[in-house]
Amino acid sequence: MNGFASPLAAYLMVAALLFAIGLAGALTRRNAILVLISIELMLNAANLNFIAFWRYGPHPEALTGMMFAIFSIAVAAAEAAVGLGLIIAIYRHTQTTDLDEIKRMKG
Amino acid sequence: MGVLFYLIAALTLAGGLAVVLLKNTVHCALAVTVAFAGLALFFLQLDAQFAGFAQILVYIGAVAILVVFAILVTRGSTTPVGEVFSSSWLVGLAIAAGVFALFGWAVLESVWALPHESAVPAVTVRDIGNALVGRYVLPLEIVALLLTAATIGAVIVAMHEKERTR
Amino acid sequence: MATTLDQIFILLRDWITGFLPQAWRPAAGIVLGAATIVCLFPALFALAVWMERKGLGRMQNRLGPNRVGPFGLLQPIADGIKSLTKEDIVPLNADAAVHLLAPVVLVVTVFMGFAVLPMGRNMVLVDMDAGLLFFFAMGASTEVAVFMAGWSSRNKYSLLGAMRAVAQMISYEVVLLLSGVSVVMISGSLSLVKIASAQNHYTGWLPNWYIFTPWGLAGFIMFAIAATAETNRSPFDLPEGESELVAGYHTEYSGFKFALFFLGEYLAMFSISGLGTTLFLGGWSAPLSILTWVPSWIWFFAKVMVSIFVFIWMRGTLPRLRQDQLMNFAWKFVLPFTLINLMVTALWRFMGEGWERWAVCSLILAAVFVLMGKVGMRREHLGPRSYRYAE
Repeated sequence: MNGFASPLAAYLMVAALLFAIGLAGALTRRNAILVLISIELMLNAANLNFIAFWRYGPHPEALTGMMFAIFSIAVAAAEAAVGLGLIIAIYRHTQTTDLDEIKRMKG
Repeated sequence: MGVLFYLIAALTLAGGLAVVLLKNTVHCALAVTVAFAGLALFFLQLDAQFAGFAQILVYIGAVAILVVFAILVTRGSTTPVGEVFSSSWLVGLAIAAGVFALFGWAVLESVWALPHESAVPAVTVRDIGNALVGRYVLPLEIVALLLTAATIGAVIVAMHEKERTR
Repeated sequence: MATTLDQIFILLRDWITGFLPQAWRPAAGIVLGAATIVCLFPALFALAVWMERKGLGRMQNRLGPNRVGPFGLLQPIADGIKSLTKEDIVPLNADAAVHLLAPVVLVVTVFMGFAVLPMGRNMVLVDMDAGLLFFFAMGASTEVAVFMAGWSSRNKYSLLGAMRAVAQMISYEVVLLLSGVSVVMISGSLSLVKIASAQNHYTGWLPNWYIFTPWGLAGFIMFAIAATAETNRSPFDLPEGESELVAGYHTEYSGFKFALFFLGEYLAMFSISGLGTTLFLGGWSAPLSILTWVPSWIWFFAKVMVSIFVFIWMRGTLPRLRQDQLMNFAWKFVLPFTLINLMVTALWRFMGEGWERWAVCSLILAAVFVLMGKVGMRREHLGPRSYRYAE
């Protein structure tokens, strides 16, 4: 297994890496929509953690991890919809999605 | 951890990296679709079929399309002329690297304490259904309320404002 | 004898994989099944292309192709040769990678949908516990391919066609899912194999297909409307209407890639007809209890070909719907009706056997249909027509 003593550790490392990539995207890109996409990546990484712990954990028949992941998918979809609606509204107002330009609270 | 795990991990991480590094916004949206597909394959490998198919249906079938529509509405489909990275990109990269270092250290330190049951859980869709209306009925109802509120809210936020007479 | 003929493909597969060591047999069985699907359905696609051109021709009072082979039966082969030898033109400004990947993604996701359809007794490629969910997940993935095709062509008409197609597919996807949910409620499982076997019983000589129940009939009609819209067929074919948008999202495709799009569209039609057959028309079960000696796969494919013929019939008969009419129809009529159908299905399940549940459910559905038709589809009252002439 090339250094990973348990398969769970491998999945957790992949999830951590994906989370870090999403975080890097959210903090470094200018376009507001790309920030939102990176946030979705972070949520997905957390979902992977939940499912990995559900699979390799002590009581998989209690379905806790799976339920958490399913609800997280539903809520993330709702949050993406509202977030994109907000971005569209801001675009209509300021004609840009560049986060470095939308620096002021004054309209 | 066979070859399959490394292949799917490579696919997902490549998709994630492409989101951060590519210039064209629509290419980034397609790359995140690839990352979602890779994650769905991970869920299937972890014997969570319902979560895997729900991931494809919701994320690829709805969220990715939503993102693409938003990109087109905000005229982001052409290659941007200015900078693509924010002026404070180095700080962001350092923070992300720090967070990954922290998580990686935590995982590798606690490898000996991690559970490693390897029996495949015998979970059917019927069990998930029973759990949803049994033990998890309160979260289900709250999520339903939240989805309704989000739908109405998103429509109101993104609606065209009526022309105001000046 | 009847059972042998019924299971002949299973016996063939077992005989072929019998030559391999024990550990390889399941994988080899699946590979054989997948190869069969990949060879069989394009052959059926050729037949469907011929049926469409001849059928449309006859409905439009003309002959259709009749030069290549007897009755034009070799026309699809001529079409195939033409598509394969045409020059592959990619516009200069087009995004080459995405332009190439779009038809590939479309065909791959459509082929994946065939994996869960039970084409006969014991004849399903993968018996998944959440088979219906897998099928819908694959259907949702085709929308991404359509968008990729439209956007990568860097052509306003393609993009417009792709946006219309995606909006239409998303709206009717919800209807498709909800009509499937009423079937799941009654049969108690998401597995298509169990849904098909649940309809394999006969009361007297009539089969227990779900279409012969009030909620099943309403559900099937909604499913058929949604299926026509999902596959962008007439009367919902505004995204690819020739007189509107040149060819919509596949304007800039020529040669083999266009043939792949064409293949993808017809395979999607087969796939969704197969699903409708499994959900509502009893899958592989025979229509009369005296006809069960005919092999089950013949019934499945016969029902699918009849559905294809109905698709062609609708294309030849009905005029095209405008985009806003189509979206209005989806959200204001079909979706509420499907939700009410879901509630009527629940009522059916909990009312117990007897003539009461037939009467109550049929009455409720008929009343809602008439009411919603009057309320939801009110026509706007336009004023008297005015004409403007060029001066």
